[in-house]
Amino acid sequence: MCALRRLGVDAVLTDDKDVITNAPKVIFPGVGEAASAMSYLKAHGLDRVIRDLRQPVLGICIGQQLLCRHSEENDVECLGIFDTDVRRFEAQSRLDKIPHMGWNTVHHLRNGIVSKQLDGQYVYYVHSYYVPVGPYTDSVTEYILPFSASMHKDNFYTTQFHPEKSGGIGELILKNFLEL
Amino acid sequence: MLAKRIIPCLDVKDGTTVKGVNFVNFREAGDPVELGKRYSDAGADELVYLDITASHEGRRTFVELVKRVASAINIPFTVGGGISDIDDVEKLLDAGADKISINSAAIRNPELIDGIASRFGSQVCVVAIDAKTTAENEWICYLNGGRIPTGKTLFEWAKEAQERGAGEILFTSMDHDGVKSGFANNALAALNDILSIPVIASGGAGSYKDFYDVFTIGKADAALAASIFHFNEISVERLKRYLNERNITVRL
Repeated sequence: MCALRRLGVDAVLTDDKDVITNAPKVIFPGVGEAASAMSYLKAHGLDRVIRDLRQPVLGICIGQQLLCRHSEENDVECLGIFDTDVRRFEAQSRLDKIPHMGWNTVHHLRNGIVSKQLDGQYVYYVHSYYVPVGPYTDSVTEYILPFSASMHKDNFYTTQFHPEKSGGIGELILKNFLEL
Repeated sequence: MLAKRIIPCLDVKDGTTVKGVNFVNFREAGDPVELGKRYSDAGADELVYLDITASHEGRRTFVELVKRVASAINIPFTVGGGISDIDDVEKLLDAGADKISINSAAIRNPELIDGIASRFGSQVCVVAIDAKTTAENEWICYLNGGRIPTGKTLFEWAKEAQERGAGEILFTSMDHDGVKSGFANNALAALNDILSIPVIASGGAGSYKDFYDVFTIGKADAALAASIFHFNEISVERLKRYLNERNITVRL
């Protein structure tokens, strides 16, 4: 909300179906745990509302994960917009710490909302689960293995990192989404 | 590659930034929001705001400050100081903090870590540990800003905190704090070896090389310092260029 306000955009935080359905743009953010987030969405009928959205939608962090088919986090079926699974990082050595926390670089950009000139720039991450690289992947970050830093399909855009906490680069990415 | 983090720490009392030398005698160092913004523009990777106010009035002021920080700053920030229960944590997260740091309250009531981790997630829970060595060369944890020794040793307590759900350990060496002759690199490296969560080093930064050493010898994931940044003895911008030139991965 603060990040959007800095960009001069008035956003509302809501779980009201009509407000969400009629909004010009929808951001589906958050940190949290997949299974409890899914049961919250279902209890409020928001799973169907989100699937039916036709305006640009931005899923951030767990928002990206919930838009996938299934998450290993407490073995839960998710919204299924992206036909891919969410996996947990497995440490390959003592040096691999989980969660992946801090600033890491984005690569292999396809010119989505993470625009091409941002190749090699740093964005801020906090997560223990990731979406493997696949057909929807728009940019890639490497930690233990390459994973989807951002994805895109139809009107759905996602970032695993937190653009709202990624300094000027993050603000640029949010601006790209807001200008869609 | 994941970058090593540089974290300026701002001790806040009644809305003013201050920093102690060996935990006593404070000198003033500027407006917390303005200073935070300046660090963020200079390339700081995160900020820590510690509330060192004791009064109720001061605590309300701190929550207001957290709101101002959240609206002014576009990098992650941690808040700590005087957090005693889940309600305090919720207030600060609602005000816009990304992480909270708990210290004495966690030692007195270790279940607080479990509670925060299960309610808000491990990523918000930084466990801060103040420790110093005994004559027998053992690291003992201290309470209340380093005033009261406990029966806990650094390594056992850090490991327990991780098992209970801490997302990061912020280790301050009281032996090194304010002395400006380098971080507690040996203890940090040992800590890094037994933990699988990130370690933030604190206490002892005096020169650019001290930061190089804490990332190479101390194997820290992040390094925190206060007065040397506030009084411009070390510039965050120059520090990151210095580390980059020496092949430490930093965000430029």
